[in-house]
Amino acid sequence: MKKNKLRRNIFIISVFVFLYLPIFILVIYSFNASKMNIVFTHFTFKWYKELLSNTTLIEAFRNTIIIAVTSTVISTILGTISAVGLNKYDFKGKNFINSLIYIPIVIPEIVLGISLLSVYTLFHLELGITSIIIAHITFSIPYVITSVRSTLNALSKDIEEASYDLGANKWNTFRYVTLPLIMPGVISGATLAFTLSMDDVVISYFTAGPGSNTLPLNIYSMIKTGITPDVNALSTLMLLVVVIVLTSSAVIQSRRIQKRELLR
Amino acid sequence: MNENVLVSLKNITKKYGDKTIINNISLDIYEGEFLTLLGPSGCGKTTILRTISGLEELTKGEIYIDGVNVTNVDPTLREVNTIFQSFALFPHMTVWDNINFGLKMKKIAKEEATKRIKDAIKLVKLEGFEDRYPPQLSGGQQQRVAIARGIVMKHKVLLLDESLCSLDLKLKREMQIELKKLQKQLGMTFIYVTHDQDEALTMSDRIAIINKGKIEQLDTPKNIYRYPKTAFIADFIGESNIFNIEIKETTDKYALAKINEDNSLKILNNNYKVGDKLKILLRPETFELKKEYVRNSIKGIVKNYVYDGQITKLEVEVNKGLVLKVNINDADICSKDDTVYLRVPEEKVVIIGEQNEE
Amino acid sequence: MKNNKLFKYLSTTPVIIYSISLILIPLLYILFLSFLTNDAYGGVEYKFTLSNYLTVFDYTYLKILFKSSLIALITTLICIIISYPFSIFLMDKSEKTRNFLIKMVMIPFLTNSLIRTYGWIVILRKNGVINTFLTSTNIIKNPLSLMYNSFGIIIGMVYTLLPFMILPIYSSVSKIDRSLIEAAKDLGASKWQVFKNIYLPLTISGLFNGSLMVFIPAIGYFFISDILGGGKIMIIGNLIKNQFLTARNWPLGSALSIFLIIITFILIRIYKKIGGNMDDLGGM
Repeated sequence: MKKNKLRRNIFIISVFVFLYLPIFILVIYSFNASKMNIVFTHFTFKWYKELLSNTTLIEAFRNTIIIAVTSTVISTILGTISAVGLNKYDFKGKNFINSLIYIPIVIPEIVLGISLLSVYTLFHLELGITSIIIAHITFSIPYVITSVRSTLNALSKDIEEASYDLGANKWNTFRYVTLPLIMPGVISGATLAFTLSMDDVVISYFTAGPGSNTLPLNIYSMIKTGITPDVNALSTLMLLVVVIVLTSSAVIQSRRIQKRELLR
Repeated sequence: MNENVLVSLKNITKKYGDKTIINNISLDIYEGEFLTLLGPSGCGKTTILRTISGLEELTKGEIYIDGVNVTNVDPTLREVNTIFQSFALFPHMTVWDNINFGLKMKKIAKEEATKRIKDAIKLVKLEGFEDRYPPQLSGGQQQRVAIARGIVMKHKVLLLDESLCSLDLKLKREMQIELKKLQKQLGMTFIYVTHDQDEALTMSDRIAIINKGKIEQLDTPKNIYRYPKTAFIADFIGESNIFNIEIKETTDKYALAKINEDNSLKILNNNYKVGDKLKILLRPETFELKKEYVRNSIKGIVKNYVYDGQITKLEVEVNKGLVLKVNINDADICSKDDTVYLRVPEEKVVIIGEQNEE
Repeated sequence: MKNNKLFKYLSTTPVIIYSISLILIPLLYILFLSFLTNDAYGGVEYKFTLSNYLTVFDYTYLKILFKSSLIALITTLICIIISYPFSIFLMDKSEKTRNFLIKMVMIPFLTNSLIRTYGWIVILRKNGVINTFLTSTNIIKNPLSLMYNSFGIIIGMVYTLLPFMILPIYSSVSKIDRSLIEAAKDLGASKWQVFKNIYLPLTISGLFNGSLMVFIPAIGYFFISDILGGGKIMIIGNLIKNQFLTARNWPLGSALSIFLIIITFILIRIYKKIGGNMDDLGGM
């Protein structure tokens, strides 16, 4: 039995090794003095300093953050409103709209990318930051909707009715009762939207214009021509951003839970 | 209780598609009254409550509260409050904020609000729990918060939807008494929905029995128990023996009702004619049990015998197909398979209609 | 309710506008493009034709479609083979540990997938981590070809898509009543029998959910085959990308996309048939 348990743990550990290996290597090499990435010679911050003077990479990083933040804010607001609307009201063609919403989640990203590119061209929309933001909003909204909807479904109808009954109108009920209660779904939807946007390569690849330099595109072209070690440094920084966002979202969530279930 | 009509339902009907939930009900509810809507689940009683609070719109008819036609008024603006079956407390707000919620929405001045909340908390005995969150409270305490949240609004009507049904038996008994006390103390009108006949009988000033979207009977608990209008009500409220009889002889004052070949009962005559086929109700506690033949009694054999501490419950077989439930106080008078005689005072026999009636 | 209507419009109009203008119209436009003729200068001529669809079934394209599907299929199978034991073994741990470990599975995948793929270059290339280690310890003499071939692509795909398999399978495995498994073992079922008769049937919708979320992206992720395949091996994603950006034959690219959409819709149909819930798809 004990041997069995050991084997099981080894399996779990090797999966984690597989998952973390490439990231671990990037982080290590970002502190490696040797340019060749093979042998670790000695510890240095050289690449981080070099990164600061690499204006193209810095600009790409800034653009990536701008796109992620803007598309997250817009898709979280629209997604939350939509989830509430779809949950509460019936209208003609609702089923159709509901099935349309799943499409960005299930179809290959490349199809969404080229179809958006095609309509952008059709309507002569200039490719750039705006077109990428619109594309990111397009694939993020469905994730926000499904995330918020799952918390809405768990919400008892009585709670909102009690609010009306106590004299709260629609808006106050939403603001004071519904929204605080679906907040966990809103936060996890927003986290998802942010990370999806930071992660995206395929859709940005098609919807970016010549002037809009984002990090994935920058790295993509660098991989073909030759990567400089300051990319390792930048990757480490991006990793840090995501870890910070994730941890703070987790902390906010657990504080809320703690507050509510204090002494249970 | 006075004679001012506070809530008036005028020919209200509610349909979902072609399903009729409320079928043309009219009902006047008086100021300071404790009125219970009693009926089996799915009879439409909760829907009636929801039409009064405005959470459900009417298909037809009108509702007046305090003389004002509120048929098309938002629940937000109706001067009634509901205690939900699930309590529907806001889990993310403290007890204090829960009770304050309605006052905040009505923009009641802070001083006045604080005073009212304190009074309400005192009334429902929740002092010291102001800063707790609902999930940290027991079922009974949650119930009290829900009540406080309703009464703090100082509206004249409180609607209670199966409010005690999720509590355990002991707590339920306590809350029944407290609720009734509270209602008298505040002079409010309580409209209470339940499927529990005990609850209805203990608390209500009047009971409306609802069945299939209609009011079957509206009366005081005592009258409903003693003189149920239909077999449905007799069966729903308390234990009952309902069976068929045929009138054999009549005099000015009495009539002779035949139960079977061996047994007949003397009952009070109420314009019956010989040959009338009627349905009668005998409550289990109306019988006097005798070992020997007495006049005006039913003969039967004891088939089952259960002693529960206060009373003894018997099942007495009169003939095949007619077994009477009999409750007696004396435990030692008989045993299983004894032949007994059940005397029935004629004034305790209740006629509940003709046989072909449903 | 008076302001009911206003609220209804406010909360439903945005989603209607969004889903029609950003989802429906672009897809219909692609469908429209797929029936047009390509002109010599990379533009489109408004002349109806079915030739784009016929080209899709051309031998050269069919070969790519087949190879791409094969790579996606192998990727999916490897993900399944890793995810089941991983999820089942995880059930030995306490709930707290489990939740923590599942979060740990997700964290690497919230960083940019391109950066992670680049990390694999550092590991797999001729003078990369693995080969340097193996040659310097004299286990092998000549470095292995670990990338610029199907092997590299499959590693990259499995790596990028693994959490989309682990999450749904873990979530359905964790819902299985533990006593069922103990009862089966008690009745003398072997490990394989327990898996076949209990785990598999009870996790079928999670399995299909994961397979869907792995297989479909795996036919489209052109950047992985670009980077780890070195441009030698094309998958359908590369094909579509090339039609749009290099060859500038949009009608053919559109026809290929429609082909992918049809495959996707068929898979979704099956998923729904076996009782899968759409809201579970892609949930993280």
